[in-house]
Parts: sequence; C-alpha cells; structure tokens
Amino acid sequence: MHELGIMQRVLEIAEEYAGREGATAIREIGLKVGVLGGVEREALEFAFEAAKAGTLAHQARLNIQWMPLVAFCEECEVEFEVDSPFGIALCPICQEPIGTLEQGQELEVEYLEVV
Amino acid sequence: MEVREVPIELSVLAETSQERGRRVTVEKGVMALNDQYALANRRRLGAARVYCLNLLSSPGSGKTTLLSRTLLDLREELEMAVIVGDLATDNDARRLQVGGATAVQIQTGTLCHLEAAMVARALDALELERLDLVFVENVGNLVCPAAYDLGEDARVVLFSTTEGEDKPLKYPRMFKSAELIVLTKADAAEVLGFDREAAMRNLRLVNPQARILEVSAKTGQGMEAWYAYLVQKVADRNASGRKRGLGVR
Repeated sequence: MHELGIMQRVLEIAEEYAGREGATAIREIGLKVGVLGGVEREALEFAFEAAKAGTLAHQARLNIQWMPLVAFCEECEVEFEVDSPFGIALCPICQEPIGTLEQGQELEVEYLEVV
Repeated sequence: MEVREVPIELSVLAETSQERGRRVTVEKGVMALNDQYALANRRRLGAARVYCLNLLSSPGSGKTTLLSRTLLDLREELEMAVIVGDLATDNDARRLQVGGATAVQIQTGTLCHLEAAMVARALDALELERLDLVFVENVGNLVCPAAYDLGEDARVVLFSTTEGEDKPLKYPRMFKSAELIVLTKADAAEVLGFDREAAMRNLRLVNPQARILEVSAKTGQGMEAWYAYLVQKVADRNASGRKRGLGVR
C-alpha cells in the first residue's frame, strides 16, 4: 500500500508542469501504469481523491492507461504479449519462460489537461 | 443520547469537473526522483568500491537470521555493514551488531518500503572506505519494495520453506527482479511437507535466470555456497579497481 505516496508524487509532478504552463487548474491527469507496476487501480483512485484536495488538481479526473505485459524471447526473436495474470511469460514458439519484461512495469505521468 | 446523522462526504467525487482542458505532454516517470537518489547511491558505493546487496522477502522469512550468522562467519574475510529498515523498533539493528559489523536502523514509520533517499542518509553513517560489502535489509514486504531502486548492485530475494510454494507466482514482480533467490529454513522443509519441486518450478516460471541457493542459517546447511557468492561479488568488485584487493589477504 504505497499508492498514497505515489499519488502525492504524481500530483507534485502535475503541479510542476501545470505551473510551467501558467495553468490555473488541472482538469485531467493521464497516467501510464504497467499491469505489473506494483499498484492497484482502486487504491490509486482512492489515493487520488484523498490527495488532490488543496492542489491545482482538486477537481481533476484521473485517466489510467494500463500497459499490458510484453516480453521478448531472444532465442526465437519474437516479441509477445503476456496474458498470464501472474506475469509468467512463456514464449509462444519455444514455450520457455522468459524472465525480463519489455513492458508492463511502468509508472508514468503521461499528460495533463489544464486550463 | 442524541443521534445525529453525519453526512458522508462524497463531494470529492462529485466535484470532479467534466470540462476539458488543453493537453500538456509530461511523460515523466513517477519514480524519477527516487531513481536519481539511487543513481547517486550507486555511484558513491562504486567509487568507494563497496558491493551492495538489497535483501527482500516477506516478514519472518529469515533475513535477519541469515545476516547475523553471515556477519559472524565472514568477519575475518570481509568488512561488512548492514542498513536495516523496519516500520518500528531497532531490534534488528541490535541483533545485527555482531562480529564487529555496523548496523544502521532506518525506522520507516508507516512506510512499507525503503526509498533511495533513506539509504543515502544511512550511508552517511557508514565508513564506506573501510567496507567491502553493505547489505540493505529491506522492510519485510514482497510488494512495494520491488518498485524502489536503492542503488544496490543486485537484489537477493529470500523465500522460506514456511511460506507457500506458490509465493513466486503471487509476487512475480519481486521474484523477477532477483539476481539470487535464497530458499531459507531448508532444515524445516521435511517437517513442513514443503514441496521443493513445485517451488523450484514456480521460481523458474517467474524468473528463469536467477541463481537459487538453499540454506539453513540454523544448521549451516548450504551456507558455504552463500558465502562463496558474497566473497566472489566482492572480489569481482575489487578486481575492477585497486582498493585493498581481497586477493592479497
């Protein structure tokens, strides 16, 4: 449960960028979150509602884009989407487990909508 | 007694504006600040030729027991220190002041993981020039610490026989990040009916690359391989520079 700390950081970043734009309010914050990013949707949304009060984003919406897990098998030179909820990446060709992920662990503020 | 109705404030949700705004591209990682501290830690440790391991596991899987025995058994070979994170108490730091090693306690309060900035402050309390190896014993938690780079050289994830064989499947991100997985409490495997084969299969599915060691800090089983791993890491670190080389001793 570190979503609150993460959301505070998200809001700091959002306020910094909104400030640079001379914005008076943030209407939307767009996040890119990997499905294995270590955060839960409900906890993130709750943390957002709790943490946005008193910031430029106090009326803002949260838009989370979930990034699926993608792995790359070096043997078969094939990139594939991992559908296992446990993050088990089995190469569709050789069926061997792949340890490293190309995508699916990100946690990024992608964009803002400001006025 | 008068019962008053207290309106439940859902206004935060209701206040959400539907108005669109102009789009500003940000593309900034939420962990960027932590990662900057981690990079600074890594450079500082590298400059002092100190090897750093981040030890992670669930609570009670034997991090402190493994470390306290290690500090004692390797005290002649390596100069070691421990940075230990817990939500509360300095019990672990006291348990780890063995074999002349320095143990620095970080009390995280309500925080469920260590962050790189905390480790930076703990490094200030250590004489890095004198050290070969720093262990960071993270807060017992298989979720949040996975996301925080501390500036370590490698991650060691502990997995005890008292936990279920499917732990690696439940916490894939943590197990994926490990260079070494140490199966602890190996002496208890039999009495617990621990299915070693299933555990290994699950570990391999999640992290096919990691090295796996089975140890018991209680009986000493498998500890030699763990010590060899540590000594090798320090030797490799020293081989890339000319501090007091381990090879001389």
